[in-house]
Amino acid sequence: MRMPLSAIIGLVLTGAFLFVGLFAQFIAPYPIDSAVGGVWEGPSAAYWLGTDTIGRDIVSRLIYGAQVTIFVALASSILAFSLGSFLGFFAAVRGGWIDQTLSRIVDLVMAIPSLIVALVMLSVLPLNLTVLILVMGVLDSTRVFRLSRAVAMDITVMDYVEAAKLRGEKQGWIIFREILPNALSPLVAEFGLRFIFAVLFISTLSFLGLGIQPPLTDWGGMVKENKDGLIYGKAAALMPAMAIAALAISVNLVADWILSRTSSLKGGRGG
Amino acid sequence: MHPVLKLVVQRVALGLLLLLAVSAVIFLGVEALPGDTAQAILGQQATPEALANLREQMGLDQPALTRYFQWLGGVVQGDLGTALTNKADIAQSIGQRLGNTLFLAGCAAAISVPLAILLGLIAARYAGRWPDKLISGVTLTTISLPEFVAAYFVIFLLTQVFPIFQPVAMVFPGMSFWAKLHAVALPVIVLVLVVLAHMMRMTRAAILNVMQSAYIETAELKGLTPMQVVWRHAFPNAIAPVVSVVMLNLAYLVVGVVVVEVVFGYNALGQYLVDHVTKRDVPVVQAVGLIFAAVYIFLNMAADVIAIVANPRLRHPK
Repeated sequence: MRMPLSAIIGLVLTGAFLFVGLFAQFIAPYPIDSAVGGVWEGPSAAYWLGTDTIGRDIVSRLIYGAQVTIFVALASSILAFSLGSFLGFFAAVRGGWIDQTLSRIVDLVMAIPSLIVALVMLSVLPLNLTVLILVMGVLDSTRVFRLSRAVAMDITVMDYVEAAKLRGEKQGWIIFREILPNALSPLVAEFGLRFIFAVLFISTLSFLGLGIQPPLTDWGGMVKENKDGLIYGKAAALMPAMAIAALAISVNLVADWILSRTSSLKGGRGG
Repeated sequence: MHPVLKLVVQRVALGLLLLLAVSAVIFLGVEALPGDTAQAILGQQATPEALANLREQMGLDQPALTRYFQWLGGVVQGDLGTALTNKADIAQSIGQRLGNTLFLAGCAAAISVPLAILLGLIAARYAGRWPDKLISGVTLTTISLPEFVAAYFVIFLLTQVFPIFQPVAMVFPGMSFWAKLHAVALPVIVLVLVVLAHMMRMTRAAILNVMQSAYIETAELKGLTPMQVVWRHAFPNAIAPVVSVVMLNLAYLVVGVVVVEVVFGYNALGQYLVDHVTKRDVPVVQAVGLIFAAVYIFLNMAADVIAIVANPRLRHPK
């Protein structure tokens, strides 16, 4: 199948964002937290997007912001995936009260919007990277749980799983060797969507002042810092918001493409 | 009992049970997390005696479960306790702000619901043709933006490029209704944009789903006019999914409103919540969190109840 143009654009942009995030220290022309110019300088050869509210180079901060945003989002979605899919598979394989208990807990957490749960939790927890990643990862794992449980439910009734059970394989084998490889493709597409969700989530928290704390910065925090600039008519203040939108849209394009491929595979299997 | 009534009662009971469980999570969950309220008030330098005194004064030496039931008893009677930071009565502080939040969300709902259904109908009517592609393309872009990002694009566009509005939304008691409407115009536009996309896409999917069923084809084949098909056959079956889509998205407004209030400095419940999370004022956060959760659960419940009542298949028990 030929790759659609939208997926190529999405992949290239996502790759570019990852590259910038990974090598931020080498790419950024100025240090993250030092005032190098005047306040709200316009774009120039030295500062491509100008300087911010206390004279820091906006381009450099965007580059460092990419690193933090992508790292936190990636870490929390990996956590959400490991936790959610393992428990989801486990619930599907074991069934009975284990499944019931886990499913009801997940129902309960999902009965309240994640942002509200996160705000309640962050009112007592210390604000640092580990706590943010844990809170976001655990909250988001509920969605992964539902998906992977549903997928695994379809797989556990397959003959090859039955055969493995009759061979006397242990639960670990059944989860990791029988279910996981067969559940991988829908989960991969879901990973893209969860990653976007995590980017938007951490940006929102930082924007509210409850996410990444200085001296580190992320794009959501930069929107917050620069919001006054917008009122003075500085278009550069819009850049962090643009970056969030661009990352979200490019990962979305890739995820859409994977999703359309896996759903056509699923169709081939008869549903 | 009529089966519809029975289902509705079951769903409402489930909603209440869920609310009770959520209140326990909000109260006891916070208790279980590491963190000490007394320490948070007095700071790191507090002496052990001062801490013990304060704990006793606030009843923090009681077991968590006892305090939960005391808190719950208060909440049921409208007593939400007092704020740690300024000793103000929480219920009183919430009153006015809740009104402001509902005003904002209500305006957004009043615009977005008819608009989303209309756009969804147009997109479904011209599925696969240019009006559908245009509407779907635009909404697909707004769907991937978080509320505050959408907000700053709107602010930039409508206060800088086309200076029509003020970038802050202030309402105060005594303002006329029209003045209030003008003040919230910008946040309402943002909220409409944010919920519109989801609502329109789900409406489109629900209607397309109904239009593809066999009974629609039968109705067309027996010679009914398109209007009759839509009115007699498609509409009664599409109303349940569309209404639950609308309710689910109004529940989504609950989150949107928190962020949008902060963006525009709009003095309402969401802003109050975020402020007090920053100040680590746990009783306020618990009370406001519970209110947001209750509204969310209620709207989800309403979506299900309407879906049950509107489902023609349930009205005729076998």
